[in-house]
Amino acid sequence: MKTFKIGGVHPHDSKISKDCAIEDFPVLEKAYLSMAQHLGAPAEPIVQKGDKVKVGQLIAKPTGFVSANIHSSVSGTVAAVEPYADLAGNPVMHVIIDVEGDEWEESIDRTPDVVRDITLSKEEIIKRIQDCGIVGLGGASFPTHIKLTPPPGKVAEYLLINGAECEPFLTSDYRLMIEQPEQVLIGAKIMMKALDVKKCRFGVEENKPEAIAKLKSFSAQYPEIEIVPLKKKYPQGGEKQLIEALTGRRVPSMGLPIDAGAVVQNCGTALAVYEAVQKNKPLFEGIVTVTGNCSEQQRNFRLRAGTPIINLLDAIGRIPADAAKIISGGPMMGKAVSNLLAATVKSSSAILMLTEEETKRKPESNCIRCGKCIDACPMGLEPYLLVRYSRANMYDELEENKIYDCIECGCCLFSCPAYIPLLDHIRASKAEVMKIMRSRPKK
Amino acid sequence: MGTIIIPTVVSLSILGLVLAVVLYLVAQKFKVEEDPRIDEVEAQMPGANCGGCGFAGCRAFAENCVKAGSLEGFFCPVGGNAVMQKVADALGLQVEEKEPMVAVVRCHGTCDNRETTNVYDGCSSCKVKANLYSGDTGCKYGCLGCGDCVQACKFGALSMNPKTGLPEVDETKCTACGACVKACPKGIIELRNKGKKSMRVFVKCVNKDKGAVARKACKVACIGCGKCKTVCPFDAITVENNVAYIDFTKCRLCRKCAEACPTKAIWDVNFPVRVPKAEPKPAPAPAAAPAPAPAPEVKPVETPKNE
Repeated sequence: MKTFKIGGVHPHDSKISKDCAIEDFPVLEKAYLSMAQHLGAPAEPIVQKGDKVKVGQLIAKPTGFVSANIHSSVSGTVAAVEPYADLAGNPVMHVIIDVEGDEWEESIDRTPDVVRDITLSKEEIIKRIQDCGIVGLGGASFPTHIKLTPPPGKVAEYLLINGAECEPFLTSDYRLMIEQPEQVLIGAKIMMKALDVKKCRFGVEENKPEAIAKLKSFSAQYPEIEIVPLKKKYPQGGEKQLIEALTGRRVPSMGLPIDAGAVVQNCGTALAVYEAVQKNKPLFEGIVTVTGNCSEQQRNFRLRAGTPIINLLDAIGRIPADAAKIISGGPMMGKAVSNLLAATVKSSSAILMLTEEETKRKPESNCIRCGKCIDACPMGLEPYLLVRYSRANMYDELEENKIYDCIECGCCLFSCPAYIPLLDHIRASKAEVMKIMRSRPKK
Repeated sequence: MGTIIIPTVVSLSILGLVLAVVLYLVAQKFKVEEDPRIDEVEAQMPGANCGGCGFAGCRAFAENCVKAGSLEGFFCPVGGNAVMQKVADALGLQVEEKEPMVAVVRCHGTCDNRETTNVYDGCSSCKVKANLYSGDTGCKYGCLGCGDCVQACKFGALSMNPKTGLPEVDETKCTACGACVKACPKGIIELRNKGKKSMRVFVKCVNKDKGAVARKACKVACIGCGKCKTVCPFDAITVENNVAYIDFTKCRLCRKCAEACPTKAIWDVNFPVRVPKAEPKPAPAPAAAPAPAPAPEVKPVETPKNE
């Protein structure tokens, strides 16, 4: 069975919410829509206080090349356009809407019928994806229309669909593949047309046999999409790792997936593309797993962007008394939520509750040079060395040792027997090195 | 026995002598010509190699001093004016006297003043913490309390106060090398002039939030009300981004701003304890003996140095 070759770890699966069907989460009284729901420059609000908005109405326009449209996830009146604290407590411009009813834009096709014929042309598809504000739902929230337009001189050969979902606890992609497999496959086909590629591979980890079977049952209708079971290993869902697992090619250091002739899209993004192109529905909601060993309830919700996390947790009952840390995303790459009033965004994938037992860090001891972090690093870096340089703020040496290649997967930290917070240091220094590199004049 | 030892000692001695001569000749032949003044200057340096002057160690500073031919822009913060004068004498140059500086921590968000809103259990490093999120209190500008500045200080002048969770500067040890200023990711530490008898007035807050927000997060935050600016007779105070800043080059230590500050964010340190209803001019009063009556507006001095 296929997988990537260098590094990787095997955290416990913990997919305890995998049998919970997707439910629609009710619309709450207020929605807090962040203007930074994508990678790149935050969007510019185009609505003002007092404006009436409908579900799916455009409320913010992109401000840069890497930026995306933002649509309202609710209908009602704009209560305020002001900074509001995000997950990390930093103020970000938000459009705050008082919800009244649930009135959708008329142009959105809300019927459950599956539309199979792709009538739009290549350019129209990309235009529609851009207008609908689709961003990558695999974690980084990179605007999809940019990924689907390879830079001049580069040709995409493969479209790779990421259904690995290698993070423990997360089941949103899994439920999607079980419940809406055909829509996901049509979404993939639309992107194939947009990219003009003939080959599409859909990677799913072997611990999801039902999803693999469901997708394979459609292989007669969609022969051009090859469903590839992958060996379970974290971080298989990382873009560069998935390319290696599915095509055997490695993306060069500092390179983009297109340098290996591949474009990777998450299966959640594929569904969003299907809904945008076939149903004219902008991206304003997504599947969010609410889970945790300490939580009595495990749920998979179809959740509108802009729902405060505290309300989401209240809706499934009280926050468990022994929940010590709440994480947005998975336990490996997710971010701890320091501000429960913060709202979800369109690319939110999970809200995870961990007990003190699960989340507590063991006391750090000295590095014993065992090299486990080097074995675990999927990018072939030397985490222990990076941390030594990082502690001494030696940024030139960090750059020489390719700290910019780090994908922040956390395998090094996971495997360290001395419990050294390797990733914490690397992440902080990586940000610093990237800043230095960006400040340099381009050749 | 003697047959082994004697030839060995003799042959090794001859070998050593020959090689010494060779080494001497080679050293003479390949001698690097260096300005002897560099050594002279270096001898005057404190030898801390802290980098506070902006060069990689004392030797590099000396080399650059000699090369530049003028001492403009050169200053050893550790040695201060005394060392600079010696350097100037050694080089036969003129040097301008600089006011001694000291590091000032501009945050007083102690555990009592700032409510904790979440618990940070990650890596104990301000750099890492600042990169992750806004911090464990409502104030995202304030001290993170992981002590990167303490670690950066090569002179042992900084220490964390476990009670307040904030770093404290020992003025007697601080050399104003600026290492802590660079280490603080929040830019809280500033080098300010030491002032006459170490008396200083400064705003102990860097919160740029609007008044109400800042006040909610921290009891002693600067709310940017501008009262200090109005009362300042020397035009030393500017209020920008909802936070006041006192220009120490203009401040004449009248302390009117400290009295006017509604949140007590302006600190006046190392001033003699004021006798209630005494002289109208509160400026340096050399003979003012510490009065027994407690003056409520005087805050604890940063270090017990001046008593």
